[in-house]
Amino acid sequence: MATLVIAEHDNKTLKDATAKTVTAATQLGAGVHVLVAGQNCSAVAAAAAKLAGVGKVLLADDALYAKMVAETMETLILSLAGGYDAILAPATTNGKNYLPRVAAKLDTPQISEIVKVVAPDTFERPIYAGNAIQTVQAGAGKKVVSVRTTAFKPAAATGSAAVEKVAAASDPGTSKFVGEELSKSERPELTAAKIVISGGRGLQSAENFKLLEKIADKLHAAVGASRAAVDAGFVTNDYQVGQTGKIVAPDLYIAVGISGAIQHLAGMKDSKVIAAINKDEEAPIFQIADFGLVADLFKAIPELEEELTKLGA
Amino acid sequence: MHRTNSGRLKTSVSASLADARDELLIAGPFSQGISNAMKVLVPVKRVIDYNVKVRVKADQTAVDLANVKMSMNPFDEIAVEEAVRLKEKGKASEVVAVSIGPAQASETIRTALAMGADRGILVKTQGEVEPLAVAKILKAICDAEKPDLVITGKQAIDDDSNQTGQMLAALLGWPQATFAHKLELEAASAKVEREIDGGLQTLEVKLPAVMTTDLRLNEPRYASLPNIMKAKKKPIDEKTPADYGVDTTPRLKVLKVSEPPKRQGGVKVKTVAELLARLKDAGVL
Repeated sequence: MATLVIAEHDNKTLKDATAKTVTAATQLGAGVHVLVAGQNCSAVAAAAAKLAGVGKVLLADDALYAKMVAETMETLILSLAGGYDAILAPATTNGKNYLPRVAAKLDTPQISEIVKVVAPDTFERPIYAGNAIQTVQAGAGKKVVSVRTTAFKPAAATGSAAVEKVAAASDPGTSKFVGEELSKSERPELTAAKIVISGGRGLQSAENFKLLEKIADKLHAAVGASRAAVDAGFVTNDYQVGQTGKIVAPDLYIAVGISGAIQHLAGMKDSKVIAAINKDEEAPIFQIADFGLVADLFKAIPELEEELTKLGA
Repeated sequence: MHRTNSGRLKTSVSASLADARDELLIAGPFSQGISNAMKVLVPVKRVIDYNVKVRVKADQTAVDLANVKMSMNPFDEIAVEEAVRLKEKGKASEVVAVSIGPAQASETIRTALAMGADRGILVKTQGEVEPLAVAKILKAICDAEKPDLVITGKQAIDDDSNQTGQMLAALLGWPQATFAHKLELEAASAKVEREIDGGLQTLEVKLPAVMTTDLRLNEPRYASLPNIMKAKKKPIDEKTPADYGVDTTPRLKVLKVSEPPKRQGGVKVKTVAELLARLKDAGVL
């Protein structure tokens, strides 16, 4: 039986997280179908149909799924689950929200945030904030798995699967979407950016984060933050990189004024190259940084901006 | 804020006011009928302290927990704090802390009781209990206790599963509000602001419901000494999974627990210009 991947999207565009989850799904060795649940999201379904390895796209286009509320996603996925051996979702806040409901109703344990498919029933996943890697084997029955997308390359857009409409499932009617406050930014998304520049408590204020934004604009980078910076109110929660925030693995991660608590390292230590600027030469971040600069960030950052301007960035 | 001395003082005063009110509620047969007399159930997990450096056992079977400091899962502390605040505001009548784990998990329950929970339920288990089994036990407890709201941490910092609250909600057929940033409790519903990838989302869920906490919901208090003493007298019921008819045998097989690949520290550079040159050489700029 095939593997079902639940798509991550915003009703307009298919997120990269879906293409990466498809890659993990193809490694299970069976066919891959993608479920796009949303409202007025046919463009998303069309994009999913192009992903290499996808045999079929199921489109559930209904107001019920506009915001992927967990209770409605649960009944929809359960209505389709009979035809699948495995159900995979990206470990986004949406996937983390609805997927355990599906597993519980199927009476099967969920395997969270896999970083490697060892065999179709065996996976690696980080535990203890990535300080240990667990290799875990699923038992008989359906597999319900969430995927840490930074660990997989996106499937190429070379396919041409058919899109099939599926009916909406029942609405438990127990929860209602009220509203949302989404950060608007011209910069790339934190989890998809090739370069991330993050600030910590060392930045000292929300105002000073603008220093990082200027650098980010020159480098086409995303801006991230440590928990300390978010807790202090310098930036909003969606900037947080770490064990319980966003997991990133860009080509270049620049940590500015971040000491490097293990909970932060858990969110960025798989970056290809890590650069750190911190005035405390004992800061733990230097133990994992490829390039460390011991300096006052308020001198180093304007200088960095100047040098980048010279380079024509 | 709550970690100052004055904060602690204030906390213990308001807690005793809440206790007085609680006695009134429990005393009368009409307490069930009072609309704001909500019961809150708070599942808490005993985990490795978040400051401890984790080591994998040489035989690669698990993480070494021998002689390691254990604490309440930080997200569950936030859950206890939120429940206790509801009680202090008169919105909840009783806060029940539940832990599923070894005998020492009673210490974790005591911590919750010292923070202001009223009583505890310890479900004694041996070995690892998977989130689904935990959710099944909690479901049985909810069937018996009939709470209006369950508040628990969004994930435990040991297995990082982020499943239990959602699974419990599904098994009960209740709505959920995960990753809570702010809670406004009404008579029959809760409005919850949630931390999501793009920012914040607000949901309204009908009660009873399950809510899981994110980091910024509140800042948990330290228990004051008088409250720690008082907590010793609060009751803890001891149960076993068999009491709830739940089989806790793991369904997943852990084949290995290994160290992650170590990342080597690199070089220190002297100037910003040198840093840029190195990044260019590395091909990332």
